Amino acid sequence: MSDTLRFRDDQAADEPAVSLDAFLDQPEADSVRIEAGEDVTLLFPHLGRVRLVEIDFPRFRDGRGFSTARMLRETGYKGEIKATGDVLVDLVWFMRRCGFDSFAPNVAFDPAVVEASLARYPFVYQDSGDAAVPIWALRHPGLAHG
Amino acid sequence: MYKYDQYDQAMVDARVEEFRDQTRRRIAGHMNDDQFKPLRLKNGLYLQLHAYMLRVAIPYGTFNAVQMRKLAHIARTYDRGYGHFTTRQNIQYNWIKLEQAPDILAELATVEMHAIQTSGESIRNVSADQYAGAAADEIIDPRPWAETIRQMTNFMPEFSYLPRKFKIAVIASKVDRAALRWHDFALRIVRNEAGEIGFEVYAGGGMGRTPFIAHKIRDFLPTTQIFSYLQAVLRVWNRNARRDNIHKQRMKILVHELGQEEFSRQVEEAFTHFLSLGQDFPQAEYDRIAAYFTPPPFEQGLSEDLDLSDPAFAAWVRLQTVAHQAPGYAIANISLKPVGGIPGDISADQMDRVADLAERFSFGEIRATHAQNLVLPHVRKIDLPALWQELRAVGLADANLDLVTDIIACPGLDYCSLANARSIPVAQKIAERFADLERQEDIGELKIKISGCINACGHHHAGNIGILGVDKKGTENYQLLLGGSGDEETSQAKITGPGFDEDGVVNALERAVDHYRAVRQPGERFIDTYRRVGMDGFKEAIYV
Repeated sequence: MSDTLRFRDDQAADEPAVSLDAFLDQPEADSVRIEAGEDVTLLFPHLGRVRLVEIDFPRFRDGRGFSTARMLRETGYKGEIKATGDVLVDLVWFMRRCGFDSFAPNVAFDPAVVEASLARYPFVYQDSGDAAVPIWALRHPGLAHG
Repeated sequence: MYKYDQYDQAMVDARVEEFRDQTRRRIAGHMNDDQFKPLRLKNGLYLQLHAYMLRVAIPYGTFNAVQMRKLAHIARTYDRGYGHFTTRQNIQYNWIKLEQAPDILAELATVEMHAIQTSGESIRNVSADQYAGAAADEIIDPRPWAETIRQMTNFMPEFSYLPRKFKIAVIASKVDRAALRWHDFALRIVRNEAGEIGFEVYAGGGMGRTPFIAHKIRDFLPTTQIFSYLQAVLRVWNRNARRDNIHKQRMKILVHELGQEEFSRQVEEAFTHFLSLGQDFPQAEYDRIAAYFTPPPFEQGLSEDLDLSDPAFAAWVRLQTVAHQAPGYAIANISLKPVGGIPGDISADQMDRVADLAERFSFGEIRATHAQNLVLPHVRKIDLPALWQELRAVGLADANLDLVTDIIACPGLDYCSLANARSIPVAQKIAERFADLERQEDIGELKIKISGCINACGHHHAGNIGILGVDKKGTENYQLLLGGSGDEETSQAKITGPGFDEDGVVNALERAVDHYRAVRQPGERFIDTYRRVGMDGFKEAIYV
C-alpha cells in the first residue's frame, strides 16, 4: 500500500475491501469496494460499521465515482474514501472536493504534480459538500453560507 | 455586460497555467495522447484533419469590441487571418499549433475570455437568445441567469467527467431564437400568476445521430433554486447513463429510455435532497450579476424616420434589422453568409471593423448567433444608413437573414476529422443558385441547415430543409430532409428518400422550393406549407 496517497491522520483499515455484495453478507467487514455503476445507496443503512469505501475507476473518463463519493459524504459518512484504478493526477482536485481522501491509482502520482494541482485554483465557484467557501459567499460576506 | 472581478480573473488565469502545465507534460511525454485528449478538449482544443482547432467560448453569445479585437489579433497571430462563428455562439480557429495554445488562452484571459469546457464530456458554454437585453418581446434579460449558470457550472467537481457533453440554453420570450428544445437542458424564463419570475424547464433534447426534442419537465422553477435543480438533473444522468457505448450516453437517451415521467420523478427526488443541502446561490449574487446587465443609456426622443429611397439600403433594413425594446433603436444583424462565402467565417480585418462599428453605433456590444451571424444589438435608427455604408465597405452588408442563402453549415470534410462529406461547397452552390435577392424574398423565410456527418453539428434535423452528407461507398452523398424547426414550434426534419450527389442535392432542393411556391397559400412560409400539405407532394416534386 506504499503507493497510496492519503490525506487522513487516522490508522488505515487493515482488512482488504470486499465487494458490495460480500460486505452486505459479512456483518464483521468494515471495508467495502464500490464498482462503477453499483448503487451506493445500498450501503447507506450499514455505514455505521464502515471505515473504508474504495471507489473504483475502470477508466478515468467514467465519472460515476464522483457522484458516489459525494453522496456518501452527504449522508454524513466520515470514514475514508479511496479512489482506485485509472485515476489521473489532473482529477485529484475535483476528487478531493467530492470527498475522496485517499488515492491508490494504477500508476503512482508524481508528488510534485499533485501538490501543484491541488494548489492551482485559489477559489471555487460552487459548493461541493467540502469545506471550500464558494466565490459567491466571498462576494457577500454578510450572508450565511452552508 | 458582465465584468470579471478578482475571483473570476483568478479562476481563468489559473486555468491558463493549468493547461500550460498539462501541455508541457504532454510534450515532455509524461502523459500519453489518450490521457491528454480529455484535458485539451475541456480547453476547447480538438485535433482536426489538418491541425488543432481551438473553440473559444462566447458566453450566451455576448461580447464586446475589445474582445472582438483580441479575437482578430489571435486570428492574425496564431491562425491564418480568419475565424469561424459556430452554431453555439462560439468562435473557432482552424489552424492552431498545440504549443501555442496556452499562449492563446493567456491572451484571451486578458480580455475576460476563455475556452473552458467548450468541448469534451462537459457542461458546455451556455447559449441564449442573441437579442437578449434588446428584444422587444422579452419579459426580462435572460443573461444574468446565463452568467450565473456559467459560474456554477465551471469546474463543477461532481460532474467533471460526465457521460457526454451537456448543452444548456436560456431564453426569456415566447419566440424561440435559441433552438431551446434541441438542448440537453433548457430554461425559458416565465412569469407565474403571482407575477414572479421562474424557469420553465426542458430536458433531454439533442441532435446528433439520434435526435430528440426536449420534454418539458417542470412548469415553474423558482430561479434561486436552479443550482439544486441542475445538480439533480446532472446527478440522475451521471449515475444512470450508459457508459458502454459513446453514442448512447447523451442525456436524451436516458430521458427517452426512462420516459419523461420517470426521469422527472427521479429528478424531483434528487432536487428535494439538494435543496436540503442549502447550496443554492443567493438572490444577492444574482442581483450583483444582474447589475452588470443594466440597459445602456438609451437616448430619448430619437427620430424613427429613415430615408429608404436607396433600394439596396431599404432591403438591408427590411431584412437585417429587428424591433428593439427602446424607441428609436433597432437591432442590426450582420450577415456572415455572403453568396460564395463560407457560412460563419470572418476575416481578422472584418472583425476589427465590426469592433469599431460596435463602439461607434452599439455601446461597444456585439452578439454571436447560433445561425452563425453577428448582431449589433443597440443601434439608433438614425445611424442605420451610416452603419450600412460602413458594413458595405468591408463586405458585411448582405441582406439575407433567415432567407434561403442564410445557411447554417458545419465545417465538414474541409476541416473536420469526423465528417463524411463536405458541407461548405454545398452551401456555396445553394447560395449561388438562389443569389438573386428578389427571388430570395419571394421565397421568404427558409432555414437550410447542412451537416457533413450524422453528428449533426450543422443542425440538419432542425432545418426547414436539412442536408446530411454521408459516405456512400467512398463517394460523398447527400440526403435531403424536410420539415425541421428550431423555433417555438420545434420539429424534427424527415428524410425525403434516396440521396443525391452534390449537384443533385442542389437541384432537388430547388425542386422542393419550386413546389412550395406552387402550392403555398398567401402568407405561408415554407415550413407552414410543409406542415399543411405534408411530405408526399414534395417527394413527388423532388424525385421526378
